[in-house]
Amino acid sequence: MPMADAPLLQVDGIELAFGGIQALRDVSLTARRGAITAVIGPNGAGKTSLFNAVSGFYKPQRGRVVFEDRDITRANASRRAALGLARTFQNVALFRGMTVLDNIKLGGHTRLHANPLTAMWYLGAAHREEMALRREIERDVIDLLEIDHVRNLPVAALSYGLQKRVELARALAMRPKLLMLDEPVAGMNREETEDMARFILDIQEERGITVLLIEHDMGLVMDIANHVVVLNFGQVIGQGTPAEVRANPEVVRAYLGSAAAAAVPA
Amino acid sequence: MSGNPFDWIALAEYSAIGLLSGGLLALIALGFVLIYKGTGVINFAMGEFMMLGAYFFYTTNVMWRLPTLLALVATLAAVALVAALIERTVLRPLAGQPVISVLMATIGLASALHGGVDAVWGGANLEMPALLPRKPFTVGEILVPGQVVWSFVLAATIITAFTLYFRFSKTGVAMRAAASDPITAYVLGIDVRRTQALTWIFAGMVGAVAGIVVASMTSLSPALGGAALGVLAVIILGGLDSIAGAIVAGLIVGLIESLTAGYLGGKVRDIVPYVTVLVILLVRPYGLFGTRQIERL
Amino acid sequence: MRIGDFRASYAHDESLWPTRVQRAWLGVLAVALIALPFGANGYQVSLACMLGIHVIAAAGLNIMTGYTGLISLGHAAFMGVGCYTAAWFAQRGVPFFLTLPLAGAMAALLGLLVGLPSLRIKGLYLAVATLATQFVLVYVFREWDSVTGGVRGVNVPNASLFGFELLNDQRMYFLIAPVAVALLVAARNLFRTRVGRAFIAIRDKDISAEVLGIDLLRYKLAAFAIGSFYAGVAGALLGYFYRAMTPEYFTLQLSIFYLAAIIVGGLGSMLGTLLGAVFMTLVPELLRGIVASIAQWAPSATEILSPVQQVVFGLLIVGFLVFEPHGLLEIWRRVRRTFHLWPFRA
Repeated sequence: MPMADAPLLQVDGIELAFGGIQALRDVSLTARRGAITAVIGPNGAGKTSLFNAVSGFYKPQRGRVVFEDRDITRANASRRAALGLARTFQNVALFRGMTVLDNIKLGGHTRLHANPLTAMWYLGAAHREEMALRREIERDVIDLLEIDHVRNLPVAALSYGLQKRVELARALAMRPKLLMLDEPVAGMNREETEDMARFILDIQEERGITVLLIEHDMGLVMDIANHVVVLNFGQVIGQGTPAEVRANPEVVRAYLGSAAAAAVPA
Repeated sequence: MSGNPFDWIALAEYSAIGLLSGGLLALIALGFVLIYKGTGVINFAMGEFMMLGAYFFYTTNVMWRLPTLLALVATLAAVALVAALIERTVLRPLAGQPVISVLMATIGLASALHGGVDAVWGGANLEMPALLPRKPFTVGEILVPGQVVWSFVLAATIITAFTLYFRFSKTGVAMRAAASDPITAYVLGIDVRRTQALTWIFAGMVGAVAGIVVASMTSLSPALGGAALGVLAVIILGGLDSIAGAIVAGLIVGLIESLTAGYLGGKVRDIVPYVTVLVILLVRPYGLFGTRQIERL
Repeated sequence: MRIGDFRASYAHDESLWPTRVQRAWLGVLAVALIALPFGANGYQVSLACMLGIHVIAAAGLNIMTGYTGLISLGHAAFMGVGCYTAAWFAQRGVPFFLTLPLAGAMAALLGLLVGLPSLRIKGLYLAVATLATQFVLVYVFREWDSVTGGVRGVNVPNASLFGFELLNDQRMYFLIAPVAVALLVAARNLFRTRVGRAFIAIRDKDISAEVLGIDLLRYKLAAFAIGSFYAGVAGALLGYFYRAMTPEYFTLQLSIFYLAAIIVGGLGSMLGTLLGAVFMTLVPELLRGIVASIAQWAPSATEILSPVQQVVFGLLIVGFLVFEPHGLLEIWRRVRRTFHLWPFRA
């Protein structure tokens, strides 16, 4: 699997504080192009805060976010989306008033051109771009994620696992360069988790999309991640390949306590 | 240069009257803030609570000739009942619905109550007994009507009483807890539903008192219902969830209204609060003291 | 679930009326709409004209409030703006196919002005801002004598097209009906494209919308402007229909009337808009009839028509929100579902 060496995303020395709480302290990480990078850590370690800083919802007090050699630290969330950043949320953030298909189509929003006037007239340009989008979504997203049987259902009617898949589909429809997944398999059973793992690997291999994910499911992380970054209390306490991280006594101490750390072979 | 010196007396009078009548506005604002802080709802039917208070009082005091105190008690009880009923039948089923739905429900409620009062008592102007002493107060050459001063005193008393109640009484603290975090309050054994019903009852009674006073100072007609809408300007200025802000904003709006009425004539007075709202929204949308809403992602 | 409903192309799947049965009913409706003025009496034709106006206004409000979640309490005032604009131009001989879009544009412009400061923040503040706008505009209508004729009102010349005048309700019908149909379809088309989807996304979860690259302020302003445009056109048609207008027409009560229409009909649906408009056109007529019959033994009953209307509108809003939040649309859908498989399944 060919991987260019230049990092797609570079986070440098992020400091993020809310009131008296220091959420992130001098956090740096690199997401290599085409790789799957996982961010793990105990609850409250600052993983979602990191995601929010990267996607543009929180402005860090210090530090930079560099995407494709472009400093996006000052850019707002919708600007970052236009540059190729897509993310999913911990609590499924689908639009409950719409069908699966409409939700996914929203992923293509920035690539369409209809304005209110052409939209109201509809015939001609608007119709054409809608049909093109529909074909593209069916071919590239719905087929890949195997959700054709629910495409016209309202999202509120779907099971939790399917909703998370639709959210992934919507992010994919953005044709992102970087896909940020916040706990993509949270609350899923074994079978759903394996399906999701398969989808993420397909996305990486077939589309060459760089993936950055937050996860608690160690099985998933160890299986599919190329690179793992461990956060605890807002700081990076270790990173490397899954095997390296698993053997890191600091990491073990953070998760399991110091007795367990002592038991790790050097 | 003209020979007329600037009329400081007039300015002082308008200002004094404005600030003092702002007391009543602050009282009405208190009703809004109570419900917003307590239940997260903007109650568009506040003016209609004022109407109910004034019309119930008229019925008991003037039509049935009950003595003032008894009429007052009966009125407050009736309004409390209506408020509790509304909370139970309209607000509680809508709990958890998006803010828009509840907002529109209070709008519908306001319309229904307004029409109801208009239908039952008729649209004509009715004469309310003067409840506050009329004797004017004079400070030097400045003359302030007695009713204005006493309405301020009344409003200040009620507001102070509520503030103390929320601060120090067990129920008051429970209400504040339920307002700020209903789930935790529930877990701690606070009957959240009861405190929410109580919030509406208090707000209703506050509105009723304000309505009675306003009606006795001017006249009783269905137009009374529209008075509270102007007070929404007060809310925006003071921030939706701040009692202190409501007080300050009430005084300021009262002042502005009085000055514009004095210098620009009575007709403009009606839209002063609305123009003020639009100006404020341009400049400072969250008001003087309101807290900026932070969204949890 | 419909039997035999197969879609062989995406275009077919996405069309507004995909099945043969639906298209047949559409044809029947079209014929009925065209034939109506010839078969119905004068009262019914004027009612149909009012319905058309209500449809346009309600569609605009639904776009703003039902689909995008922006509460407006000033819809009536924007109709007034459209009405007075059209009247002003019509008095100077401008034909209706120009005055109507001008009226809409004026209302839309005002909508942009009001929306710019207030759409930066959350829904409650917008509701209050539109309420303030409602009162301020009515004040302007009353006081700005030179343009609006003040409290006495304004006379609107007959809608004319190069000399051909729409002298009576029948002819007005053939102006109002096509405009209403066109605007209704146009509104529905919005939601087949990214523009409409963005509106709904903003209503449901604006943070997610932002992450998808949607500029929130821009789209909220667009929704507000489009809704106001519809209000302006409806107001202009109203002026042509009554041939005269006073500020007393465009009150808060009218704004609440349209709010009731879309809540009763179904928020976020153009079919709901239609159902709500029909319902709310008939309700005042029904009330009038009831009050008139009561007036036979209680003559003072006619005085309470207006307050009774207020009570009914208010109760309709509250009732539907509590018991049937999806409105008549939901009831319609339930009925339709029963008939899809009839008589094979109840």
